[in-house]
Amino acid sequence: MSDELEAIAQRAVEAALAAGAGDAEAYVQDSVGREIRIFDGEVESLTEAGERGLGVRCWIDHRAGYAYGTELSEEGLGGIARDAVETARIADADEFAAAPSADGAVAPPEIPGLHDPTLAQWTTERKIELAKGIERAAREADERVVGVETAVYADEEQRVAIASSTGLAGAFEATTAYAYLQAIAEAGGDKQTGLGFGMGRSPEGLDEEEIGREAAERAASLLGARKPGSRTCPVVLDPIVAASFVGFIGGTLCADAVQRGRSPFAGRLGDFVASAALTITDHATDPAGLNSSPFDAEGAPRGQTPLIEAGKLAAYLHDSYTARRQQAAGAPGTRTTANASRAGYRSPPSVSTSNLVVAPGAKGFEELLAEAEDGVYVTDVAGLHSGVNPVSGTFSVGATGRLIDAGQLAAPADEFTIASDLQSMLKAITAAASESRWVPFGGSVNAPALLIGEMAVGGS
Amino acid sequence: MAPLIEAELAGRVLQGALQHGGDFAEVFCEERSGLGLAIDESRVERVQRGSERGAGVRVVRGETSYFAHVDGLGESELERAAAAVAAAARGDRREIQALAAAESPPLQEIAVAPAEVPAERKAELLRACDQTARSAGDEVAQVQASYAEGSRRVTVANSEGRFAVDDRTRVRLGVQVVARRNGAVETGFETLGGHRGFELVTEGAAERTAERAARIALTLLDADPAPAGAMPVVVGGGFGGVLFHEMTGHGLEADHVQKGASVYAGKMGEQVAAPDLEAFDDGRLPGEWGTDGIDDEGTPTQRTAVIHEGRITSYLYDLVRARKDGVDSTGNGRRESFRHLPIPRMTNTYIAPGEASPEELISEVERGFYAVSFAGGQVDPTTGDFVFGVSEGYLIEAGKVTKPCRGATLIGNCLEALGRIDGVASDFEMKTGFCGKGGQRVPVGTGQGHVRIGELTVGGTAV
Repeated sequence: MSDELEAIAQRAVEAALAAGAGDAEAYVQDSVGREIRIFDGEVESLTEAGERGLGVRCWIDHRAGYAYGTELSEEGLGGIARDAVETARIADADEFAAAPSADGAVAPPEIPGLHDPTLAQWTTERKIELAKGIERAAREADERVVGVETAVYADEEQRVAIASSTGLAGAFEATTAYAYLQAIAEAGGDKQTGLGFGMGRSPEGLDEEEIGREAAERAASLLGARKPGSRTCPVVLDPIVAASFVGFIGGTLCADAVQRGRSPFAGRLGDFVASAALTITDHATDPAGLNSSPFDAEGAPRGQTPLIEAGKLAAYLHDSYTARRQQAAGAPGTRTTANASRAGYRSPPSVSTSNLVVAPGAKGFEELLAEAEDGVYVTDVAGLHSGVNPVSGTFSVGATGRLIDAGQLAAPADEFTIASDLQSMLKAITAAASESRWVPFGGSVNAPALLIGEMAVGGS
Repeated sequence: MAPLIEAELAGRVLQGALQHGGDFAEVFCEERSGLGLAIDESRVERVQRGSERGAGVRVVRGETSYFAHVDGLGESELERAAAAVAAAARGDRREIQALAAAESPPLQEIAVAPAEVPAERKAELLRACDQTARSAGDEVAQVQASYAEGSRRVTVANSEGRFAVDDRTRVRLGVQVVARRNGAVETGFETLGGHRGFELVTEGAAERTAERAARIALTLLDADPAPAGAMPVVVGGGFGGVLFHEMTGHGLEADHVQKGASVYAGKMGEQVAAPDLEAFDDGRLPGEWGTDGIDDEGTPTQRTAVIHEGRITSYLYDLVRARKDGVDSTGNGRRESFRHLPIPRMTNTYIAPGEASPEELISEVERGFYAVSFAGGQVDPTTGDFVFGVSEGYLIEAGKVTKPCRGATLIGNCLEALGRIDGVASDFEMKTGFCGKGGQRVPVGTGQGHVRIGELTVGGTAV
């Protein structure tokens, strides 16, 4: 199968060159997936998804173009290749736009477990039982859980192949499986919702009891929530919320944003941009990270890049374009960090984080609360992408969670905002908790709870 | 337009899908293509073209939907999808209704088909946006603009005899401007889009969009941190309508309602707003961004009064949810593409214009907040809690709009906020947006005149 995809990629490259491209790169993706939605103990929908497509990027005298399509016959490939060449002719020349070179490329790393064969052993019936089990677990975990708004199980087996006129070629296979649900809890006229989720390379790795219980606990713990008073105080972010913010920060450390003057961290390489409690690494080869792969979206072998080391900004993330641009801007040693990513065959590669790993600290979660003493514990934020200005770094987002009173979790709180700017928030991180978890928000992030010394809380 | 598949083949696919039983079967065929390009650092880049063809086949039995999708519209692909669905579905067999000639709704008027306009002309349009925005002031530091056109030809056939086609053309322009002064960095964003042809963005329309984005960014350079606390809020017309979209529209979608996951469940006919408030979802508004001839289940789109005299008068239905409630679909069964199941979605949702002028609404506020436009918003339909990021906001002091504010968020609860709307102005405008739900992104129109909410929480950094 992968051989077949590689052959399609090679033929697409040849078609693009024949259509007039100076250089060309082709990316073929084939995936088979299943999604099961459960409501009220019954299957609400069962989807069998098959998807196969091709994306061709080409370059003509430093002009780049891109085209994609689903028709993979010889004629179809030819049409996509011609479209790619046409788009390149419309683009303006950019001296740094060029095909990634295969020179000096090392063999991509082996990532054990990226493709989990146990996925194929699960029948649809067994997956339905798993999804129903998650919903049941939530209902049984707390008597105040009155319903579940859809429990979802989904998996995918994906094959990817890439080829280029500069000699890059490769293919890999990966599986993913995840499940989530939104539990609804009700008491005393108040209604709250809570999310539970799990992810892995196969349904083997999903714990239905744990996923259901988390949703129930999150929903029930918010019952009776009130708007807290407006003030400035210590804030503890739970791992899910911490991951969302870290993912956002990762985006501002992508060289594309930095070079185009759209990052609050531009020109800060080597500076202490965060407190010493914060260390973040982009880790593209951890099998547990859902965005791991042997090579990136333009064929460069993946690895690890320390981004923030004990508060110091250690690197920006690059693809071949931004690395070339940085070389010309006085940093001749810059190389791609293999962070070219794509959302699928429909989008050309662009710089993005792979999996971000936040180093855990020494203190337990209880110690973090004790240190906060009097503040707010945030378990959910809403509106991160409309509430943060990625250029200036200022943000104000909606939040829910619990009050922290005398170092202990106290009354639930909702309908409030937390506001600051990314730069001040990073400096104000006082501690990272000792336990982390993988979170599929903000990309793919492994994060512990974080204590922020001071933040503006907007409520009543 | 001619259907993407013949009635005879559609009939066979439906038969195949129902071979092991089921109450309802449907085949949705789609051919989509698009062109996108952007300008950044005054350079035209990210030019891309794409085209996809495929089909989704669905069988509904009781409360369960079985769905499979394939790339391609050949006989073998369609039969493969039908077989995959039939393998999962079981139940009593239903006979399918014969398909007559495909119905074709009146199409939107497209004066200039975008695909007929040379791509170089679109690159020039972006260069004009770039120059216009840059000449708006010395403090304009960056300009990004993007142009996108898309075509979706769809054909839907179902076992109840529905056979319909639609041909949709959309054009959208977005301009983002960054202005800098000393340490301050502010952005302004403006869009222009519709179910229209290339004529939408010509004759200075693109340049005016760029100019407005630049003006927002430049104005915000003088901004102070936004206030925090509860106060009266006047929401701007046009994209201000995203507030109504989030706080009411989503809660009226019948899937949320039927699951009890909506604060509007069980409230049909109840007074939820002031008696002069009227609101609609209208999939037929000529040329608007959320307009289609039929929805993605083949039901003709319609104008649905969702709030009349302050009372809830209708939920928004697709076929499956309508059948459950024993009503007709309101033409709101939409999907992102042939790879998605249709679910109840808004089309163009708006609060109807009122009597007051925007100035009158503002003049009655002693101290409050004026949210002209939003960067986006989010709502939990179950609890009704919502949050909005304000992209352009001002302080209102003694009945006058005074200082611009940065970093404001509006948060509140749907029913409370809806009940507190105490004024709607007569200036009416529709704007474009993309709405995400269940992993599906569809174009929606939002609109209103200026609206005043008696009290809402503003979350800012100035405590």
